[in-house]
Amino acid sequence: MKKSTVALCVVIVLSMAACGKRMKPLVATPISTAQADSMERARQQAVDDSLRAIRERELERERERERQAALLVAAQEAEAIALITGTVYFEYDQAALSAESRATLDAKIPALQARPAFRVRITGHTDERGSSEYNLALGLRRAAELKAYLVANGIDATRIDISSMGEERPAVAGSAESAWAQNRRAEFVQVTDEP
Amino acid sequence: MHTLVARTMAILVLTLAFWTSALAQDPRPPEGVRLALTYTPGTRPAVLVLPVDGADGDSVRRILERDLDFDDRVTLISLDATAARALLPRPGGEIDFGRLAPFGATAIVEPRLTPAGLTMRVYDVGARKLAREAEFTLPVDVYGPGWRMALHGVSDELGLWIFGERGAAQTRVLYTGGDGQIWMIDSDGANARRLTSVELALSPSWRPDGSGFAFAGVSAGRWRLGVSGLAAGSTRWLSAIQPRGIAITPAFAPDGRSIVYAHGDEGGTSLWLASASDEGTPRRLTAPRSGDNTGPSFDPAGRRLVFTSGRAGRPDLYLMDADGTNPQPLTTSSLALRSDNTSPDWSPDGVRVVYQAQIGGSFQIATLALRDRSVRQHTSDGENEDPSWAPDSRHVVFSSTRTGARQLWIVDTESGRLRQLTRAAGARLADWSPVLIR
Repeated sequence: MKKSTVALCVVIVLSMAACGKRMKPLVATPISTAQADSMERARQQAVDDSLRAIRERELERERERERQAALLVAAQEAEAIALITGTVYFEYDQAALSAESRATLDAKIPALQARPAFRVRITGHTDERGSSEYNLALGLRRAAELKAYLVANGIDATRIDISSMGEERPAVAGSAESAWAQNRRAEFVQVTDEP
Repeated sequence: MHTLVARTMAILVLTLAFWTSALAQDPRPPEGVRLALTYTPGTRPAVLVLPVDGADGDSVRRILERDLDFDDRVTLISLDATAARALLPRPGGEIDFGRLAPFGATAIVEPRLTPAGLTMRVYDVGARKLAREAEFTLPVDVYGPGWRMALHGVSDELGLWIFGERGAAQTRVLYTGGDGQIWMIDSDGANARRLTSVELALSPSWRPDGSGFAFAGVSAGRWRLGVSGLAAGSTRWLSAIQPRGIAITPAFAPDGRSIVYAHGDEGGTSLWLASASDEGTPRRLTAPRSGDNTGPSFDPAGRRLVFTSGRAGRPDLYLMDADGTNPQPLTTSSLALRSDNTSPDWSPDGVRVVYQAQIGGSFQIATLALRDRSVRQHTSDGENEDPSWAPDSRHVVFSSTRTGARQLWIVDTESGRLRQLTRAAGARLADWSPVLIR
């Protein structure tokens, strides 16, 4: 209650002062030294607070810029890894590369070159037709074909491991060409264990 | 419903026809079919198994009858227990050949349960006398796996008495189940049980002494060769074989000391020879970069191998010496017809090779006689793959999609008669055991 009375007085005094030189103050409100000091500290505090807020905002903007940059890098990295680990598809009973699968493979090369520590395992797969045992060999031939292409394009052979799951792990269930086409493939996964 | 009616009708008609012919038949055995003589293809002596007294008597008779039926060398005279019981000799009495004659049996089998097991008598109907008698001990675990196998052994002994050659009932089949694990099942379809629990287990191959098997498996994402006993969970990985690329299709040499398998890397898939005891370094058998080579099978002497190779383009069967020398083609596929020939298995008698041949777009089971290279096709419905010989060199187990889901089936290569072995979907890559005499 007291505080608000004082504040009201101050407001009146200040508003009268603002009203112009012609008007003389009707009442001179006495302000103690202690009150003046308190007001000065409050003023200083307000200035400091606003400066701190400005600095905080700048820091926050800086952090946001860094976050955005990191997100961009991560997105680019994810994009590169998606390129590297993108599946390559094959024709029936073929290990040879089609034009389309060659393009998928070509896109992997710069991404692999930019990441010399990145190691991959290529696992070849087949559709369900033919001898399941012989299909393991066909799947491996597909993986070997892809590895040979990458090595010929400058990727260190020791970075690429090959394997085959033949017809044992179909991507899509079914006994029609639509399923078979998606199952004749080679998958790329990052490996971290010893070659 | 129609099928059921048709089937019942067919069974009735067949039964009537059988009875008519059996009753009309001369009581004397046909010419050339006598006890203890060799089996003559195309003829089937008729055998009557008498009922068996005792609590387990009906089961014993049923198992013996089924084994003789599955053996495909005899015609089983099928009498229900009550009808057949009237024919039983009184205790201590003689077989009444006069009363049995109308059934047309060449041989009468009389099993009798004893405290220790079983007494078997086989009567020669033509000679009207007891031809053979022997005691068999049966394990005490009645209906257990050991008891059933011992009884199958008795059936096989009957084959030996009648034809001079054992049957193949006392055997088991290893295979990859729908769950990607190795399973084992008795030759009559009983006692299916899982033996491995790894990431994936394919292509089981019996140790020649029947004590265990080798297989191709995946562990920690890599292909390895495993060896195992017949107790579940006794898998051990061979460390001499590097877990790189693929290591698949193992086959024991007949002496059980080495394993030939296919190992694939950047240079293709080659056959290698490793010690079964996991010692030393594996040795390459097929030439480097000679296409993909898989699925080896030894001849009974262990001197030669038959295997699948894509060295000429399409996969075909090839022969070579066990040390990898003298390779030569055994089949010639047609590139235009995509007629792949794969998955060979050399018969235990050394005479034939069974394999899967692509015929008219589907895989069928075929046998090739090594003497003149003549080929016979044994299946025609569905996809039929990965055949393996029974120790009788007559029956073949294989996987088939003839009824939809993949199952193991058995074909008698002589008569073409088929029976289904497994009842759980997805069974494949079977290997039939040697005779498992306890």
